[in-house]
Amino acid sequence: MPLLEMKNIVKEFPGVRALDGVSFTLEAGEFHALVGENGAGKSTLMKVLSGVYPAGQYSGEILIGGKTMEFSGIRDSEKAGVAIIFQELSLVKELTVGENIFLGREPSTLGIINHSELYHRASNLLRDLKLDIDPREPVGNLGIGRQQLVEIAKALSQDAKILVLDEPTAALTDTEVETLYGILEDLRSRGVGMIYISHKLEEVFRMSDRITVLRDGKTVSTHNTVDLTRDEVIAAMVGREVGDIFPASHHEFGETAAEFRNITAYSPDVPGKKLVDDVSFHVRKGEVLGIAGLMGAGRTELLMTIFGSWKGKWSGTIETGGKQIKLSSPSDAINHGIGFVTEDRKRFGLVLEHTIIDNMTIAALKRISGQFFTDRSREAAAASVPMSSLRVKAGSLMTVAGTLSGGNQQKVVLGKWLLTEPKVLFLDEPTRGIDVGAKQEIYAEINKLAQDGLAIVLVSSELPEVLGLSDRVLVLHEGKVAGEFTRADATPEKLMAAATGH
Amino acid sequence: MSENTTSKINTSNLRAYIMIAVLALIWAYFHWATDSIFLTPRNLSNLMTQMSVTGILAVGMLMVIVSANIDLAVGSVLGLAGGVAAYSLASWEFSVPVAIAIAVMVSIAIGTFQGVLTAYMNIPAFIVTLGGLLAWRGAVKWQLGGNTVPVAEDSFKFIGQGNLPMTYGWALAGLAIIFVLFMVYRSVQSARSYGLGEVNYAATSLKAIIPIGAIVAFMLVMNSYQGVPIPVLIFVFVALFGAFLTTSTTFGRYLYAIGGNAEAARLSGINNRLNVVKVFALLGALTGIAALIFTARVGSAAPDAGVLKELDAIAACVIGGASLMGGRGTIFGACLGALIMASLDNGMSLLNVRDFMQDIIKGSILVAAVGLDMFGRKQG
Repeated sequence: MPLLEMKNIVKEFPGVRALDGVSFTLEAGEFHALVGENGAGKSTLMKVLSGVYPAGQYSGEILIGGKTMEFSGIRDSEKAGVAIIFQELSLVKELTVGENIFLGREPSTLGIINHSELYHRASNLLRDLKLDIDPREPVGNLGIGRQQLVEIAKALSQDAKILVLDEPTAALTDTEVETLYGILEDLRSRGVGMIYISHKLEEVFRMSDRITVLRDGKTVSTHNTVDLTRDEVIAAMVGREVGDIFPASHHEFGETAAEFRNITAYSPDVPGKKLVDDVSFHVRKGEVLGIAGLMGAGRTELLMTIFGSWKGKWSGTIETGGKQIKLSSPSDAINHGIGFVTEDRKRFGLVLEHTIIDNMTIAALKRISGQFFTDRSREAAAASVPMSSLRVKAGSLMTVAGTLSGGNQQKVVLGKWLLTEPKVLFLDEPTRGIDVGAKQEIYAEINKLAQDGLAIVLVSSELPEVLGLSDRVLVLHEGKVAGEFTRADATPEKLMAAATGH
Repeated sequence: MSENTTSKINTSNLRAYIMIAVLALIWAYFHWATDSIFLTPRNLSNLMTQMSVTGILAVGMLMVIVSANIDLAVGSVLGLAGGVAAYSLASWEFSVPVAIAIAVMVSIAIGTFQGVLTAYMNIPAFIVTLGGLLAWRGAVKWQLGGNTVPVAEDSFKFIGQGNLPMTYGWALAGLAIIFVLFMVYRSVQSARSYGLGEVNYAATSLKAIIPIGAIVAFMLVMNSYQGVPIPVLIFVFVALFGAFLTTSTTFGRYLYAIGGNAEAARLSGINNRLNVVKVFALLGALTGIAALIFTARVGSAAPDAGVLKELDAIAACVIGGASLMGGRGTIFGACLGALIMASLDNGMSLLNVRDFMQDIIKGSILVAAVGLDMFGRKQG
């Protein structure tokens, strides 16, 4: 008897059938990967499982250990042993690790918390998981990766039999990923069933026993991982055969578009700490320069600095078009032809509750409309260009950005920067958390922009992406340049060696 | 594409229609309950005059709220600016234009100061203006020495008590109608020149007919009493100015972006701090204008003038659909909110509802309006 069985789940939203008869099983001690493009229904399925959508709002059956379950809320599913680690962390940063783990279930008498008991149990739990984390540390002091591990510890403290992980490694460093894998292996041997949602197929193939592919709210296939190849999974996800996801392209380089010398950026929080340390590089017209490195290597900080948006102290010189420029704000950078497709589109890229047109034109508003007055028609005419060239899938320019899928949101951010008519474009994690189809489209667009003579600086955590797109790769390690490779001699092994400081 | 565009516009306009319907219900009820006193030209004229001070404040407040800030000090600043005007006339014997200029400048200076503290010193606007609420009220009491200072100049009192001669009213209405026609023509031309699809003639003519109808009806009502009251005239101009700023200028768009996502706005090259200072200065200017009307209407400056006005203004914005989290709200909504509040005040006074009951009812309606709005959003 399987640990979990979901039969024929149908969930409808007004106008959309998000889940259309999905069936899914999970065995005890199984690591079951759930993959599919964004919008395929993975998150909806997990929300049904966890009671976010209570019984009655969907049709179909959920059985745990053979018993039919009807959850009316998250509490119910937690009691039945289901724990979900969401992409967005749900920890209270001001509280300590221990307080977070037992939040809502504090050991207490008459409402008075027994703190020694709480920390005792928390430290046992953390030790069990071989996590070197002080339970009395405020969660906000931990890096994002360790916060994720705390979240997992919290789930396990509730004796979860079924653990759902939604993109758990997106924010983790490689060491943290290894720690996580260690924990998951351990859980597997303890008989915990795991549902693992990820866009990273390497992980999926490394860890999973079975892979279920969802597409358009339907189960496409469930197979043992050993019987599958990467290409088969991608084909099942997108519903078509994909060749090389990085289109072959040839870039002609022109003159140097921008030159950055001795860029050093200091931490705004820790005085004297250099997050970027004496980095110099240049990028030519028509060239894609990749910047690789692990989390914390200083890649985003470098881009922030040379875009004029670094909040701490910094030094160095910047030249565009052969002339030295002064940068004290993003608007200086924009005026000198630098564009910056920032990472984390929800936090830094978009006003989610505003329309596509408002988001797309905001950085170039004065260029499009004029200094003081806006002109809706001119804006619409301008925005419809990237809207169609980037193939943003949306009802119209008036669609609210927050309702779009991740890939289309990313295209809106890219469109926003193309409207500033940049000569140098920074891209920071341009494909994080978006589906394979949209990734391919963005890759093709990057190549096209380079062919049109744009100088592109690409930061990405995904090595295949850096290798597949870049003409030259700069590797950062602890804020310093640790290596530079041309496309011909860049290999994953070499980049990883440089990134880890070997 | 066009189909989706229209449906989108309809949903965002839906709440405006609902508010208009609510207003109509309130009016109908009061008209019935007051034995047909409420909807007479005389009472409507009074009602509009009563709402003009709150309405002007709400226009400025809306822009501050859209930028994800708040100003709790407007009531106190209104008192202070009114005090400055009255004191300039009575004690220093300045001429009326000079007194007006000083009062408005004091108000702008205070707004700018509070904006700078908020934007450049990173003190939350709530705290800055909570301090201002106390401090500026203290300043009024100090300045007036606890006394009421009467204003004698008729030309000053005209700001609050005068009416526009009826022929001037019709002339202005004529200009307004020409302006409406021009704007509609321009938008059609502009849409054509950028090739944005077919022009919908039915919708376009409605865009002209509805405002023109409203202008004519307004003029007929006002002129069948004493002509358009000057406070109402000023309010209408302020509201049009505010609507223009928020919908048709880069400054207005930046306010929405800053309030919607400050970090994304900053990274898009917007100078968040400077724009926040500007919006506080603007609210300061409008507070100064409201202070002049208030003082001129009452005919004197009192130490407690404008107490709780900030809350009326904020309530008007919120009833009108503005989000205190920033990034959302319209001038039209805020004005409608102010009109609903004023209608409640006026109607309940006509019905001799006791003072404390009025407060209880208004407070409940504020919370219920936002509650319904949140409920509607969840469903949508």
